[in-house]
Amino acid sequence: MMSDDHSEGAAAAADGMSSSPMGGGKETALGSEIQAKIGQHLRAMYDDVVRQGVPDRFMDLLSKLDKADTPSGEGGGRK
Amino acid sequence: MSRFDPTLRDEIIAAIPNLRAFAISLSGSVDRADDLVQETLLRAFANISSFRPGTNLPAWLFTILRNLFRSEYRKRRREVPDSDGAFAATLTSNPDQNTHLDFEDFRAALDQLPPDQREALVLVGASGFSYEEAADICQCAVGTIKSRVNRARKRLGEMLALDDVSDFGPDKTTRAVLAAERT
Repeated sequence: MMSDDHSEGAAAAADGMSSSPMGGGKETALGSEIQAKIGQHLRAMYDDVVRQGVPDRFMDLLSKLDKADTPSGEGGGRK
Repeated sequence: MSRFDPTLRDEIIAAIPNLRAFAISLSGSVDRADDLVQETLLRAFANISSFRPGTNLPAWLFTILRNLFRSEYRKRRREVPDSDGAFAATLTSNPDQNTHLDFEDFRAALDQLPPDQREALVLVGASGFSYEEAADICQCAVGTIKSRVNRARKRLGEMLALDDVSDFGPDKTTRAVLAAERT
């Protein structure tokens, strides 16, 4: 869900940004422009981190966890 | 043979970039965020039997990360302010000067939000979670999440409206699209 329809989720969030689901009263045009900009900046920041992918330390960690999880434990016969 | 379903393992790996982005927004520090993600992965693997296959894995992982942050990291949160900003430290691109200034203003404003509001805004506005999913992750009512997101948007809007509006607003094409969407 996170990786595949991220843009879809982002689009839905963008709709939320401009239509202010709970806001009640009408926003000014200026207000909605700023809200749109807020949405863009928020996602730009977030996506910049997401685009960095998975740092090596986490792949290493997962490999260790997999090995530690084998019945014969460390070093020994994995699979 | 690992007890971890390879598919589940792949899904956990796929969620890591999003977990990092969320953790940075919570902790305000890239290093602390990565420690938080690491602890989250350890907890997730240790408690993988409590995850029900077919349910929302990203939401489950986000919940673990948020709980860890609340229990272990909250006291330390932002006690050492990152003068350059956590997100700035992660920037890989070089935005042009105007965009960069916009960004600076935005980051500064985001940092001033109360943690509950910032967290709700990021989950809904950037992570792509629904209000319902965000409410599950934050263990509060859907209405509470909606209220926090709206307060966050309102407050950011107020802070950013003080800036030069002509520089801040979208270009004419975007304005037209926005205007069309509003009708």
